[in-house]
Order: sequence, then C-alpha cells, then structure tokens
Amino acid sequence: MDRRKSIETMILGVGASALAFHGCNTENSKPAEEVAVNTDTKYFGRTPAELERIEKLNAERLFTDHDMETITALSLVILPPKEPFGGPIEAEVPEMIEFMGKDIPEMQPTLKGGLMWLDHKCNKEFGVEFKAATLEQQKQICDEICWHDIEKPLDEQPLEIQFFALMRNLVVTGYYTSKVGIADLGYKGNTPNVWDGVPQDVLDQHGVAYDPEWIAKCVDQSKRNVIAEWDENGNLLT
Amino acid sequence: MQIKESSEIYDVIIVGSGAGGGMATKQLADAGLNVAVVEAGPFFDPADPVTMTQLKWPYESPRRGANTDRAFGEWDMSYGDWEVEGEPYTHAEGTTFKWWRSRMLGGRTNHWGRISLRFGPKDFKGKTRDGHGDDWPIGYEDVKPYYDKVDKLIGVFGTNEGLENDPDGFFLPPPKPRLHELFYINGAKKSGIPVIPGRLSMLTKRINNERGVCFYCGQCSRSCQVYADFSSGSCLIFPAQKSGGKVKLYVNCMVREVTTNEEGKATGVSYINKEDRKEYKLRGKVVVLAASACSSARILLNSKSRQHPNGLGNSSNLVGKYLHDSTGASAAGFIPGLMNRKTSYNEDGVGGMHVYSPWWGDNSKLDFPRGYHIEVWGGMGQPNYGFGMNPNDFNKFFGLKVGGYGDSLRDDVKKYYGSVIGFGGRGESIARKENYCEIDPTTVDQFGIPVLKFHYKWSDFERNQAKHMQDTFEELIHNMGGHYLGEKPGKDKDYGLHAPGEIIHEVGTTRMGDDPKTSVTNKFNQLHDVDNVFIVDAGPFVSQADKNCTWTILALSWRASDYIIEQLKQQNI
Repeated sequence: MDRRKSIETMILGVGASALAFHGCNTENSKPAEEVAVNTDTKYFGRTPAELERIEKLNAERLFTDHDMETITALSLVILPPKEPFGGPIEAEVPEMIEFMGKDIPEMQPTLKGGLMWLDHKCNKEFGVEFKAATLEQQKQICDEICWHDIEKPLDEQPLEIQFFALMRNLVVTGYYTSKVGIADLGYKGNTPNVWDGVPQDVLDQHGVAYDPEWIAKCVDQSKRNVIAEWDENGNLLT
Repeated sequence: MQIKESSEIYDVIIVGSGAGGGMATKQLADAGLNVAVVEAGPFFDPADPVTMTQLKWPYESPRRGANTDRAFGEWDMSYGDWEVEGEPYTHAEGTTFKWWRSRMLGGRTNHWGRISLRFGPKDFKGKTRDGHGDDWPIGYEDVKPYYDKVDKLIGVFGTNEGLENDPDGFFLPPPKPRLHELFYINGAKKSGIPVIPGRLSMLTKRINNERGVCFYCGQCSRSCQVYADFSSGSCLIFPAQKSGGKVKLYVNCMVREVTTNEEGKATGVSYINKEDRKEYKLRGKVVVLAASACSSARILLNSKSRQHPNGLGNSSNLVGKYLHDSTGASAAGFIPGLMNRKTSYNEDGVGGMHVYSPWWGDNSKLDFPRGYHIEVWGGMGQPNYGFGMNPNDFNKFFGLKVGGYGDSLRDDVKKYYGSVIGFGGRGESIARKENYCEIDPTTVDQFGIPVLKFHYKWSDFERNQAKHMQDTFEELIHNMGGHYLGEKPGKDKDYGLHAPGEIIHEVGTTRMGDDPKTSVTNKFNQLHDVDNVFIVDAGPFVSQADKNCTWTILALSWRASDYIIEQLKQQNI
C-alpha cells in the first residue's frame, strides 16, 4: 500500500460518515472535486470528562415547571416568532436558559429572583401571574424594565432591570445560535467552500475596491490543487 | 513498588509532541533513529470524528459554544487552558503569570493561530541593536536554511515583500482580503502604517498528496480534519510514522524527571502513567525536551541528583530565568461603514487574518525599545454563545435608545452583524533575569511532582509599548470612520497590557549562549552541562522578537535534530 493510499484508508476508517480526499491530479490544473468532510452529528467533540459534566448538569433541575413556563412567556414577548423562521420555542431558548443557568451558576440569583419579581409585579398590577397575563399586560410590565441607564454599570441598576437585560441577551443569543436563528440571520459559513474574494456588489455597496497589485499576489483558486513548487528565490512556479 | 524500567533502549526520547517535539520526531525518525515520544495528554488526531469540533454548529451543544469548559470556547481544540485540573502553579506575591498548557498529542499546535513569522536579522541581535537584553549566539543566516525547509515541508502562505526584518520565504499564495480587511488597509494607509498579506501556516495550495487543501471554514483553532493547517500530530508525527519511522508514542504519560548515571549523563526519563498512576522509566541514549519552555524548565529543575544537585543543566543557575512572553494589547471598533451587510456569501476565509501590519516604527525615537505587529479580526463569523447580546448597544452612536424588545431586535442584530473590527498588538518584551519560574517545594500536582512558581512583572518599556498600541488602534478606528468600543484603557490599567502569559508565547527559560555561565544551552540547543540532553521548545530563545515563536521553534528544532544525528554518527554523544 502506498503512502497516499494508507492515509486515505486511515481517514476513511475513522467513521461511518465518509471523509475522503478526492482526486489530486497534478497533471491538469482543474480543481479537485468538492472536498467531502465529516459532518457527523453524533458527537460534538467533548472529552469524556466534559461529557460527564454535561450529563451531570442535565440531570439537575434549576427551574420549576412554572419557572419554565414564565421563561417561555417572557421569551416570546422579547422575540416574537416570525415566519418563516420561528422564534424562541423553535430555537429551544427556554431549554438553553435552563442549561446555561446551571453551566454559569452566577446567573442564578438574577434569573430566579427576576422571575419571582415578574410574578409579584404582575399580581400586584393585574392580579395574575405573568405567564397567564394578556400580552398587553406582559408588555406593560416589560416596558418599565426594558430600558437601562447606559451611563451606569448594569450591576448598579435595579434587579428587575438587570434581569430583563440578561433575559434579552439569553433569548437573542439562544435564537441566533439555533438552526432557525442562523437561517434567519443568513450566515452562509461553516461549510466547505472556496474563498475567492468579496463579491463585486458588496464591494460597491461599501465603497471599497481591490487593489489589482494586491490581488495579483493572491491565490489562483483554479490552481490550488497543483502541488506548489518554487525556484531557489522563493518564486512560486506552479 | 519498584519503578518499572523498560528493557528497550531508545536512540532518542522526546518529551512533548508540540511544534518542537513534532519536528524532532519527524527529523530523527526519518533519519532512522528509534524514537520514543512521551506526551502528557491523550492521543489526538484532528480527523477523528469523536473528538472533532470542526464544522460543528452551536446548537449541537447545550451550551451553544460557550467557554465554560474551554477558555477559548467549547470548539477550541486545546485540552487544557490557563488551568489544568490537578496541575496547579503558584505565584510570588504581587506578580502574575498565566500559563496555558495543552495536554494532548500535538499540544498547542492543535489550536494556535498559525501566524508563522520568521525572526529577522535584527531580532537575533537585540543587544547590539539597542543595548537591551542579549544577542543570540546565532544569526539569521544560521537559521534561514531551516526556515526555508520548514516553509516547504509544512506550508505557509504569504508574500515576498523584501522587508529587512520580515524576511522573504517560500510562500503559498495568500487568500484575498475580506471586507473588513479592505477597510483596515484603507485606514492604515491614512496613517502610513504598512499592511501586507498575512503569513499563516494553512494550505491555500496543495503541498503534497498526503494533506488536503484549505476549504475556508475559518476554524483552524479547531484543528483541521483534512490536515490543511499545521498541527504537529497531523503534519509531523503521523507522517514520520507513515514513512516507516520507528516512533513509539507514550501518551497520558507525564514526565517527572530526566534520569542520570554516575557520570552525570542522561540515561532516560521517569514518568507517571496517568492511567495507573504508577511511575515508570524509559531508557534512551539522548533525551530531547520539548515540553514547552516552562514545562521543560520544570523537568530540569526537578531532575536533581548527586551529580546535578541544583537540577539538570542548571550549573549557571539560569534554568527558569529570563522567562518572557509577547506583549499584547487589544481594542475593537464599531465601523458604521460596515453596517447593513449582505449575507449573500460565505466569508469565513482561513482561520485568522488575511492581512496584517508588521512593525513599522523607529524605536530610537520612541520610549520603548522593541516593536509589535498588528493582527486584525472581524467579519460575519459563526454565531456562538454571546452572539447578539446587547443587540443594539451601538444605537448610542446614533442617539437612539438602547434596550427594548420585540421584532426590532432582529433588525438590530442584522444591521450590526459584521460591523466590528478588532485589533491585537503583539510585541516584543525585554527578557529579564528577574522574571522567572522556579520549583515551589510546598506544592505538588496530582502526580506528586513539585510545581512551578512564577515571578513576573512588566516594566515601563512594555507599558509604553501598550500605550503606543492603544493610540494606534484609536487612530486606525478613527481613520475608518468608526468608534472605539469601551473605555480606552489608561495608565491606571497599564494601557490594557495583557497579563504576562496571556499571549501564550512564553520563551527564554533555558536560553542559549556560548558562555556556560550565562546560558543553559549552546547554540545547538544542547545543555552545556550534559551533552546528551537537548531542548527544542522555546526555552532556548534569547529573545522573543515581535513575531510569534512557532516558526522559529520549528526551524531550531530541525537544526538541533540535524546536529543530534551528526553527533550520534560521530559518536560524540
């Protein structure tokens, strides 16, 4: 078995989802086939100790059912669902908040205290718990706590203000790190591709241009699969 | 129980499998020597789907990529960071040092930034240049042939610019700049700051049939499954094994000390097998330490014997001394010209900067003696935990309200996506004897090995340099029509100068020199005191330069390996 063959075998041998180098034909300058990469979703790269910690956190319960329902209700006010992407529920935001509350325990007093404050306030104003209040009532409460003094550190502001700011952060980050949120954002990366510069319409939109002298030094993507060779002065020949 | 000793006598025992250890493994095994590599962490192959984080999505993890279990985020491919469980280190009062350790085959090369800069002619002769620190016993001309060979073996993109202190090399072609990098180029031009294509060890072009070509996911910090970036395991150790080399890997084995005989020569190493927590001995004719500057110093200092009462190679009392890291200061700017971006295309690019600024200043006219380079980041990156937090903070720059809720948050997130540019200044500090690590006899790690205690303080040279960085960043942001984010750190905050160790370029603990009284190793990385022990990590560096250290570690490790082969042939060691 030659060296190249053995590498292919080794790499192909690592998992069910095939990972392969396609033709590296050096005779012609045609780019190789699109590279196939491993996109196995069974694992997410944790070490055994890290997995153990995640399992431990998953086995714990931070919020009561009532808390979770309140978190869900508030999440929907903060970021209402929108067609065709969805919202906090499709993005599994409440579940993420439950996990992160355990993963970063420093957030717990603000989250738990804030949820209690929310019900107290809602009961006082409208005689009903937050999750059972009407959307108008929920918004009325949120309107009072959703703005903060930007000149002052957040942790010097009232708890309910801190709570709302934290919840807004968790809801927005939870949404945009979900499958639906990433689709909404339009992020096109995290996938094999060939970078060949900023599209012309984008350059035009932002009023910048490539310097032809600079670009002349950059990679010719049609020759990226041709093995590099240099002269003795470091000039690339291929 | 008696310590178990291997019957096999290896030609060379290499301690550590990062850049220095990997290169020594490749060269020595290719030369036909029988090599044992002892690594404190587990086996790691970037192509293994079980450990792989490359191309993962945030929603594949319940913590969405947050950094609670890995300091640089949960996709970062380093097992271990500033803290390693069960392996503490201590500090002298009033001093600080942060020590990053990656416990895995390939070490820190699995997650590093791949910025691969040669030192220039001036960098080897600091004292001659400005009277500070010391000169190296070698010059650029000694290392150049090895830099050339490293370029060709491993692959690095960049351009030949004919700059005096940022030498040309054998480069692969660089990727085109991204949008924010075009803004940076324009902004820097206004201040007369040079910008050239980045120099990073990723394969923008094929260099052989064993490694793949970059597919532009921007995730080199996750270690590349097609081996298109430089990691020591995938690019040096596996190829050494595959070409038929005799390479025996001892993983999860933590070296305690170098063992010596009556004559004081090294006979091998003793290590703790982490799996059974028992001590073993390996025998070898030559010992090569490549455990990282501080870990190798620790091993030497812990290797006390009747012949070496002060620790191995430490007759000069300099092991651990002259520890120095790169300086660093950072800033970020919000650039309105980068708002409202089209997300119609994938701009992940390579995992790092496509452009950068090498040092341009004249230190004779400045209040600090050495330079720095500027690294640039930005763009429409992959959202992970933290993305979209404070979604409309930038409203304040337009006199709009900050906060609120509802549908408008979606617009805010999209409006500002990709509108921030960040800068990292990475500079040279002066190596000082007063900055050092030593053994703390009061503390041991979980394997019973005495740990390191750090003594490290910055001087005004580094503070002044950080001030210059911050002023430069502010000017660049201004040139781009942007706003400096956060409060610009002043004198009370050392101008944002990062704590020593935080740039993860620590070097100098076993510095090289011609005089055994003022240096630990000779110019071939060989201990003055013990001729069959070599150090091929960044310990032998006399000075750091305003460059990242990896390319020089690789070149010097190759050079030392050639010397070892030669010396073995001549039966000198």
